[in-house]
Amino acid sequence: MQLIEDANKEALRRILEGDPVLIDVVPAGQVIPALGERVLLHAGPPIEWERMCGPMRGAIAGAIVFEGWAADLEEATALAARGEIAFHPNHHFDAVGPMTGMTTQSMPVFVVENRRFGNRAYCTINEGLGKVMRFGGNDASVLKRLAWLRDVFGPALGEAIRSVGGIALKGLVARGLAMGDEMHQRNVACTSLFLREIAPALARTSRDSERLAEVFAFLGSNDQFFLNIAMAMGKAIMDPVRGIAGSSIVTAMCRNGTDFGIRVSGTGDTWFVAPVEMPQGLYFPGFSAADANPDMGDSTIVETIGLGGFAMAASPAVAGFVGAGSASSAALYTKAMGEITIGENPEWTIPALDFAGVPTGIDVRLVVDSGITPVINTGIAHKEPGIGQVGAGVVRAPIACFEQAVRALAEKLGGVA
Amino acid sequence: MSDTVLNEVRKGFYLDSVALMRLSRRIAAMPGIIEAALMMGTPSNKRILQDAGLLSDIGAAANGNDLVIGIKAHSDEAARAALAEAVSELETPRRRAAEQTTWRPRTIRAAVKAMPDANVALISVPGDFAAAEARKALRRGLHVMIFSDNVAIEQERALKEEARSLGRLVMGPDCGTAIINGVPLAFANRVPRGDIGIIGASGTGIQEVTSLIAAADGGISHAIGVGGRDLSQAVGGITTLMAIDALDSDPRTRHIVLISKPPHPDVARTVLSRVAKSAKPFTVCFIGAENADLPPNAHFAPTLKAAAEDALGGRTIGADAPISVPASARRSGIVVGLYSGGTLCAEAQLILARHGRKVASNAPVPGSRSLSEAGDGIDRIIDLGADEFTRGRPHPMIDPSVRDDMLRETLKDRQVGAILIDVVIGFGAHADPAGHLASILADASRDGPPIIGSVTGTEADPQVRSRQIATLERAGVLVAPSNAQAAELALAACRP
Amino acid sequence: MEQKSISDLLDAEIKVVNVGLEGFAAELSAAGVPVIHVEWSPPAGGDPELADLLSKLGA
Repeated sequence: MQLIEDANKEALRRILEGDPVLIDVVPAGQVIPALGERVLLHAGPPIEWERMCGPMRGAIAGAIVFEGWAADLEEATALAARGEIAFHPNHHFDAVGPMTGMTTQSMPVFVVENRRFGNRAYCTINEGLGKVMRFGGNDASVLKRLAWLRDVFGPALGEAIRSVGGIALKGLVARGLAMGDEMHQRNVACTSLFLREIAPALARTSRDSERLAEVFAFLGSNDQFFLNIAMAMGKAIMDPVRGIAGSSIVTAMCRNGTDFGIRVSGTGDTWFVAPVEMPQGLYFPGFSAADANPDMGDSTIVETIGLGGFAMAASPAVAGFVGAGSASSAALYTKAMGEITIGENPEWTIPALDFAGVPTGIDVRLVVDSGITPVINTGIAHKEPGIGQVGAGVVRAPIACFEQAVRALAEKLGGVA
Repeated sequence: MSDTVLNEVRKGFYLDSVALMRLSRRIAAMPGIIEAALMMGTPSNKRILQDAGLLSDIGAAANGNDLVIGIKAHSDEAARAALAEAVSELETPRRRAAEQTTWRPRTIRAAVKAMPDANVALISVPGDFAAAEARKALRRGLHVMIFSDNVAIEQERALKEEARSLGRLVMGPDCGTAIINGVPLAFANRVPRGDIGIIGASGTGIQEVTSLIAAADGGISHAIGVGGRDLSQAVGGITTLMAIDALDSDPRTRHIVLISKPPHPDVARTVLSRVAKSAKPFTVCFIGAENADLPPNAHFAPTLKAAAEDALGGRTIGADAPISVPASARRSGIVVGLYSGGTLCAEAQLILARHGRKVASNAPVPGSRSLSEAGDGIDRIIDLGADEFTRGRPHPMIDPSVRDDMLRETLKDRQVGAILIDVVIGFGAHADPAGHLASILADASRDGPPIIGSVTGTEADPQVRSRQIATLERAGVLVAPSNAQAAELALAACRP
Repeated sequence: MEQKSISDLLDAEIKVVNVGLEGFAAELSAAGVPVIHVEWSPPAGGDPELADLLSKLGA
């Protein structure tokens, strides 16, 4: 259908022309005015307390205590259960968050501006591995780290970024791809590149060398640090693609531990939702699939822009997450994703595929038609809150979301049948 | 026997954590191993190892640049074996070049991306899906041959209209045969290139005519299949008309043969008025029609054999080697035809009827009756490729065994004076249909009715026509040079 | 799309996209004809109505 083809061409143009720049780190409440008292943003499509999974509830309790809306976790849980906390998806407020995706007013967020289209997107700072809020962790150590991010790390990084007028992300990601990152389960190259780029500014703006050392140590010890920047970047790139009449391109994919949701350009802000699937992957010693929580997080925004599982070929190491997958099978994933995308990103290329661009622009028609669902590289959370990450693997987006979207789009286009 | 924990630290050895996880899982699966992990010795990793009971003092001393191998086993022996395996794996170069990882497209779109100059889509998916795949192929600029049947006629019309507007050809649905530029598609025969162009609504009709032309040292420029319903009123001959245009302007094509069941009169008029505009000679073979109101540049051919002969300039096929049924084999009775080729079945009916026989068929031509009206003294000519025989099983040209039981029964039937069969070879067909038939006949008694048949195909086909004929003859089958002559022989056999 | 005549087919080297029976691809390949085989499975999870809708949407 010509209308769809033209609309998708426009969608691809907007994706490829996106110019994301990391411009600041600020408290979320400062840039998301809706984030007042007792308002909390979570990952994935909308969900009510009763249907939330364990880690999501655990993280919410922790976030409530962190914001001082309750004195302890028990009180926080009761508060949430009584309906006294307003829950909204990050996606409804230009934001994204990994795993449970907690965003509350005082948490520092990266601010990524898409300089081509003028919009901004936000994402909290990656807490590192182990017991962390994004995996439902909520004890004192978790809250203490969040407080440090809020009071020390966030302000320091924000100042450094502002002092250099922002850090352009597109080229950085391009170099990261060439160094084996796919920007979802492997961010070690981009984290290092980012550290290299921001270090002088951090040093220059720091007034306390001990604190500066802490900041460097945190950055240097967290291989996944860049993931959250990549997520804000993804959101900033995809938001201008929303609402193109007739377009069948996916603008967001996310999950809340219960449901998987997608949005499609031509159907506006409607969420197409289906039960989320279990990741298939490898577990840390002592854990198994029996411990795993269903998939969570807004991080699939990186697949939506052609990274993560879509860029598997750039990161043969990550292909091992499939279990039986050999390093050389990584390319097969990227090629398969080429079957459900309408273009390639010429600026983000994969050396191992003769510098083919990452597959870009997921077309719901192609997904439903081929039965090939988007491949998502993901971390696996323990199903009990507070234990944290127990493995990493691959999850597929459920086909039902895409089928709903196709029917909705057809209906919107008015009886093509 | 007590559990044992074994650690080894490889100083300054870096490996991606994912590769390590894969290896960990392999080692953990070794006999006697309770748990195993290979991790870089960072504090958080060491905590994980500690919690899993995998850390000894040796591992605890490692730092972030060191690789820790932690193994917990039921015995020291098992632990040592696992450690040795882990170390050897680490030191083996990561290359597994031998591992085949070939990508295959799952959609037409991806296939075209991989082969941008592809020009024909050959579609043989279940009928419910064939139109959708064909539409995708058309929109990617491909010409389409739809082998699938069971496509709704409205869909056929819509596809062909779209194709016409795109300047693309839709051959089919239910198009079994095409030869484009010497390339046999689906069920087709390897024929020499030449100056005769064929347009056919029937697969076996095209195969028989092209094979007979090849046997007479003629050649084919192109054979374009149009599908069995193209000349119906609903479809209106869209593909046939496009094919005539194409062959008319094709410098390689001197003579054009049209093969079809009798078209709808309106469609026949349209097609024949197009034929009249051509400067090239045509042979029109409307199987089942007695004649047609043809323009001066066209000759009518009542059978496939006649069509081939006309295209060859009036040469007679099989005149050099006349065969006959030995008197001893003759007996009065009916003719039973067991056909895999639909148009061969139709041609046989016509020849029998033309000689005054009463004929019944599950695929009756004009003049034949339906099988339900069969009875004493009425020939039965069966199309085993018809839907009722092929639902849920391969076409008899692919798997001839659908004929086996019927053949055995017919051989025992005292009312039968002759059995007519066809053997169709070529691309797509069974690797040795004559051999299969011979194996059935070998088990049958020798006093049954004579079996008469022909082989549709060429010497260049994978099954080799002369070899198939030899096999049939060894099995006692009388092999005629064409299906039409086989039908005539059957007639003779039934007239003692 | 530009209006093409089907004559381009009769003058071209035939290169085939095979969708369905794998044997056709194997035979073409054995005969030296360039062919790419599609690892086909029923589109839209085998729902013909949805498949048809998709093809009309231009999938």
